[in-house]
Amino acid sequence: MSAVTDNQYSSWRRMLSPTGNTGDAVYRVVMLLVALLMVAIVIAMVWALATESMQSIRQFGFSFLRGHTWDPIRGEFGALPFVYGTVASSLIALLISVPFSLGIAIFLVEQAPHYLARPIGFLVELLAAIPSVVYGLWGIFVLAPFLREYVQPPLARVLGWTPLFRGQITGFGLLTGGIILAIMVTPIISAVVRDVLSAVPSSQREAALALGATKWEMIRVVLVNGAPGIAGAVILGLGRALGETMAVTMLIGNRPEISASLFDPSYTIASAIANEFTEATGDLYLSALVELGLILFLVTFIVNGIARLLVWNVTRKTGGVGRAA
Amino acid sequence: MSVSKRSFQLVACLSIFVFLLIGIACNHGGGGNGGGTVSLHGAGASFPNPLYQKWLSEYEKVHANVRIDYQSIGSGGGIKQLKEQTVAFGASDAPMKDEDMKSAPGEVVHVPTVLGAVVITYNLAEVKQPLRFTPEVIADVYLGKIKKWNDAKITADNPGVTLPANDITVVYRSDGSGTSAVFTDYLSKVSTEWKEKVGTGTSPKWPIGLGAKGNEGLTGQVKNTPNTIGYTELAYAVQNKLPVALIKNAAGNFVEPTIDAVVAAAAASAATIPDDLRVSITNAQGAQTYPISSYTYILVYKNQQDAGKGKALADFLWWGIHDGQNFAKALQYAPLPPEIVKKAEAKINSMTAGGSPLRS
Repeated sequence: MSAVTDNQYSSWRRMLSPTGNTGDAVYRVVMLLVALLMVAIVIAMVWALATESMQSIRQFGFSFLRGHTWDPIRGEFGALPFVYGTVASSLIALLISVPFSLGIAIFLVEQAPHYLARPIGFLVELLAAIPSVVYGLWGIFVLAPFLREYVQPPLARVLGWTPLFRGQITGFGLLTGGIILAIMVTPIISAVVRDVLSAVPSSQREAALALGATKWEMIRVVLVNGAPGIAGAVILGLGRALGETMAVTMLIGNRPEISASLFDPSYTIASAIANEFTEATGDLYLSALVELGLILFLVTFIVNGIARLLVWNVTRKTGGVGRAA
Repeated sequence: MSVSKRSFQLVACLSIFVFLLIGIACNHGGGGNGGGTVSLHGAGASFPNPLYQKWLSEYEKVHANVRIDYQSIGSGGGIKQLKEQTVAFGASDAPMKDEDMKSAPGEVVHVPTVLGAVVITYNLAEVKQPLRFTPEVIADVYLGKIKKWNDAKITADNPGVTLPANDITVVYRSDGSGTSAVFTDYLSKVSTEWKEKVGTGTSPKWPIGLGAKGNEGLTGQVKNTPNTIGYTELAYAVQNKLPVALIKNAAGNFVEPTIDAVVAAAAASAATIPDDLRVSITNAQGAQTYPISSYTYILVYKNQQDAGKGKALADFLWWGIHDGQNFAKALQYAPLPPEIVKKAEAKINSMTAGGSPLRS
């Protein structure tokens, strides 16, 4: 009997109510709508950004992506310096933040005694709750003067022969923006990595130790098991870094120029929109700013896509089991 | 059965949520005047926001039946919302451009409310007395042509001041702002090179320097970074006790930025002000005028659609250019000189609804 009815029902009907219960059907429809709503919002946002930026897209075409000049007074708009600043500051943030976050998470899960693990974990998570404008103010009043006095001069002395650490030392610029982003994404990455490591079965640790592994070798086994989850945590942090606005704009120097030196000011897409949108008059100017938003959307998509490919690649090779995140 | 009950509750909750959203959206557009009270919405420039908020709270004390709110969203946003008729009045630091006036759905009237000034501030720990700048020096520093503090062009105007041999770090406002517009308007008037290379605007393409967000960001960067130079609003510099430079005006005198010097700049140009009151008073004539001064305006439609709201708006503006002026100095704004008040009165009196004047 049941086999016959299964065939009569359409696959939709079966998906919505496998048991034939109306409550189940209603529940599933509601959940489906909620999920579709998210997709609809994303599509609506892309649609709105695309239509609002049509004037700029028509006028500049691909030269908008290649252009170096951003001059609202003369109506010349090029997005390349903003794209560079966004990607570069996020990469600096990850380079600094990932080793720290891994260290914090490993310490909390594998080494810290219970009376330390809880308060430290709590404090790290508290960092994530600080509003970004507070990070920005702290950056202006504490971080930037500190970098200017104690970090940038020795860097310029030792590594000044590379193009990376040259130019006027002001405490503001791409490096400072990257460092503040690193501080902001560390709690997110470390919290997720901690959960990932906790989810790795104890049997893995016990097996490693039983085979005579040292503690460090055992931790390596745990890390390999958690690799996909760790990569997911890094992607989450990257997402935050790409879109972060307030703290970065207060420290990065807000200058749409591409310079090899990390000491020089730079600019991110999100900062440019936040800075200029309120006072933007003229349709082309507004349209160009909206197109910047569209590009940020695309950059986030592409970077996330690349990151997911990397994760997929890593999981295929290691065959990890800790798919916790 | 409890499962379906719960899901119905969920559906109910969701639909209530959706209706709430729709309700909020509708309410925003409506803005009723039920119960005899008139409500007016305004939006625009952030520079006069502290004064306007003071006005609103004082005005409500004497006119309980009028509710006015003001959103400090920036001059550009104020003009945009006025053109889209989502606000009763807009506010802008710079007068509206001709093309904006043309594309507005009705004739827009500019009512000047107060005056402000842009001051040059700097961070040089060893310099105690205020520095003196000529217009050429300011332009050259912001063009990147003067690079050191002890450049001969700077020291020439500052005898007896020992200036360090350090690089100048130029700081500008990265957010689009009326302050930048006034400053670049001044530089365009005093330097042809500036006018050709950069021009006047809220977000120009700065030839050199670091961008700081907002008055607070700029002040923070200048205060915390040695050898910086920046520009900010007079009110902000006074409240934060920043060192401010004396600037050589069109008459050749070095003038300190004070409220009196700003009023003098407005008074000096009162005779030549155009009928629509759209004017830039930077680099004004007169012996004691401070050269980087400007009006800030409230923008309204000459022809109001709703007589009741229009009357309330005209009355509020009238109060603002008279009683409201008394609150200006305490908040570091320069009050309008009497001859400008007369001209602003005429503008308010020209407001009509359905052909009949609103104030008579």
